[in-house]
Amino acid sequence: MFQYSKTLLAALAAATTLAGNASADNLTGDLKIFLDTSNPAPRATMEAMIARFQAKNPEMNIETTVIDREAYKTQIRNFLTANAPDVATWYAANRMTPYVNAGLFEDVSDLWAEPEIAENLASTKGAMTIDGKQWGVPYTYYQWGVYYRADIYKELGLSEPANFDEMVSNCEAVIASGRKCYTIGTKWLWTASGWFDYLNMRTHGFDFHMQLARGEIAWTDDRVRETFANWQRLVDLGAFVDDHQNKDWQQSLPFLVSGDAAAILKGNFAVAPLREAGLTDDQLDFHQFPAITPGIELAEDAPTDTFHIPTNAQNKDNARAFLRFVVSAEEQTEINNGKNLGQLPVNAKSSVDDDKFLQKGFEMLSTNSPGGVAQFFDRDYPAEMAKAAMEGMQEFMVFPDNLDDILERLEAVRQDSK
Amino acid sequence: MYSWYKRNQIAATPWLFLIPALIMFAMYVIYPILQSFNLSLYKWDGLGDAEYVGLANYEKLLLRDRAFEISMWNNAKWLAFYLLAIPGGLFIALFLNQTVRGIRLYKSLFFFPFVISQIVVGLVFTWFYDPTFGLFNAIIGVVGLGPVNVLGDPQLATYGIIAAGLWPQTAYCMILYLTGLNAVDPEQIEAARLDGAKGMRMLWHVILPQLRPATFIAFVVTIIGALRSFDLISIMTNGGPFGSTRVLSFYMFEKSLSEYGFKMGYGAAIAVVLFLLMLIFIGYFLWRMYQDEKGGH
Repeated sequence: MFQYSKTLLAALAAATTLAGNASADNLTGDLKIFLDTSNPAPRATMEAMIARFQAKNPEMNIETTVIDREAYKTQIRNFLTANAPDVATWYAANRMTPYVNAGLFEDVSDLWAEPEIAENLASTKGAMTIDGKQWGVPYTYYQWGVYYRADIYKELGLSEPANFDEMVSNCEAVIASGRKCYTIGTKWLWTASGWFDYLNMRTHGFDFHMQLARGEIAWTDDRVRETFANWQRLVDLGAFVDDHQNKDWQQSLPFLVSGDAAAILKGNFAVAPLREAGLTDDQLDFHQFPAITPGIELAEDAPTDTFHIPTNAQNKDNARAFLRFVVSAEEQTEINNGKNLGQLPVNAKSSVDDDKFLQKGFEMLSTNSPGGVAQFFDRDYPAEMAKAAMEGMQEFMVFPDNLDDILERLEAVRQDSK
Repeated sequence: MYSWYKRNQIAATPWLFLIPALIMFAMYVIYPILQSFNLSLYKWDGLGDAEYVGLANYEKLLLRDRAFEISMWNNAKWLAFYLLAIPGGLFIALFLNQTVRGIRLYKSLFFFPFVISQIVVGLVFTWFYDPTFGLFNAIIGVVGLGPVNVLGDPQLATYGIIAAGLWPQTAYCMILYLTGLNAVDPEQIEAARLDGAKGMRMLWHVILPQLRPATFIAFVVTIIGALRSFDLISIMTNGGPFGSTRVLSFYMFEKSLSEYGFKMGYGAAIAVVLFLLMLIFIGYFLWRMYQDEKGGH
């Protein structure tokens, strides 16, 4: 845990060029911010953003604490009850539920009623809403999709698949050339559930996926089996790299870099390490996960990271001012650009970086995702169900014959958590 | 007050000395145990209000939870195979118990795995087992076997982790036996030799009985080590593949404190089961120690 003093932040602010032309709001008092953006790049982005907020409000006493991203997930339970900050980062959708139900997050529907936010943040409003109220604001999100080696596709004469049959036939061609179609590392389980998200949303649609998330549909339902049957077409082909069950996602990337695998289903965060490993934008390309059942509206995974005000916060007015600042069009443009988070801005008035993948992702999410936007399996599904299901999916990818047993196990978990 | 103390000095003084330790023990050991028992009767997510559910957690745990069953079996495997560290340690100790040049260095080298962190041991063995570049597959490849993905195979993964755990544990037992061997009475060995004992008979009938205290301690630390195995599992497989390498302590952590957990009551129920299991062993050891003390006087 790292503490930042006001003087350091002030120094940072002075060093920021934007500080000069920021209009002063001159709010006073304290503001305590807890961040989980512990990786170097996001951390620098956040610190610079807070420095700009400080420059607008030179009298305000801002105290920032950066907590390791994984440790944060357990610490948040303690600090929301015992020693609450005024602003804290978290995730959208079902991940907010335990804290909303326990009354630990402040209802910020008033912010969402302000025209500035109501008009420009409409696309993420659903993900921030529980019981008809909004419990925080988003600050960044990113697309998921298939990142593939354009040079390999070209060599084999393949094009981006328009439907699932083409996806399978492409894969057959890739395998015939001695490669694997998709690289994946399922040691930490969640990567497998990305495949399930897409296969399920493409086979039966967004609404079905969410009904399953809410526990309204049995895991032994035939429609769930159809989703897994589609998955099995790929597994039986040998589409995925071997021994993925003891690799993490970073360890799965070298297969794509070396050309031993032709594609990966992943969030946009995979682009940076792939570029660092030497893939150029000519070699790496992106396509949307193709349709499976004709007529089902396409829906995407786009996990959203968020800011919240704890109910026990001391300086809620300053916190609200900070939230308004974070979602403003110019801040959104700045923090999500390629030099900073390299993700998508949540404000419709801000501009997207001209990075190839961000542009493609933005276009996909804004024009070709009519079915809806999901957060990601382990953010949409309740924790216990998600854990058991992801384990089952990993097992299915290694031993597809165990499917009946897996689904019965998952159904038992669903029955128990009713 | 003073005169009361005067009169009861002999009886009261030991208790006075014990009081600080007793308070600490009650506050940090006994009370949390009772708290766990109590918590295991509730359904609680760690945030809202706890809901009393009686024995429902135990009912689910013991009758309907396959993950729990797997964890129990894995604990049994750990108990059985981790004990191999004791004969292993004895063997190495006998081997190293000689006076040649540089023997201290050899001893320290053998002791080395116990000094380094379990996390490092776990990482090293993870690389060792790696199906693509690991040494393990290179070695069994020489005799025409493999490749085997030890940590990715639900049948093998637990044994792979136990083998990694045996490395430092054997070193630990070795040190216990080396110290024990220093205390072996040379006159008895002389006498046995005059009577014509050697080899296994010497070891079994003369040396081992004198090593009994070391063997006892080695058993205690190995069994407790087996029951609290956690760090190797966490670092090598994280309970996977598909939950096949969980043990009770890891499952308890997963259910109550991990990212997808926060079922505090359920986790507490697992803790209680683990506690009762340990109690059997610890009770037996305490009883043995008590018997020995009694016999010694």
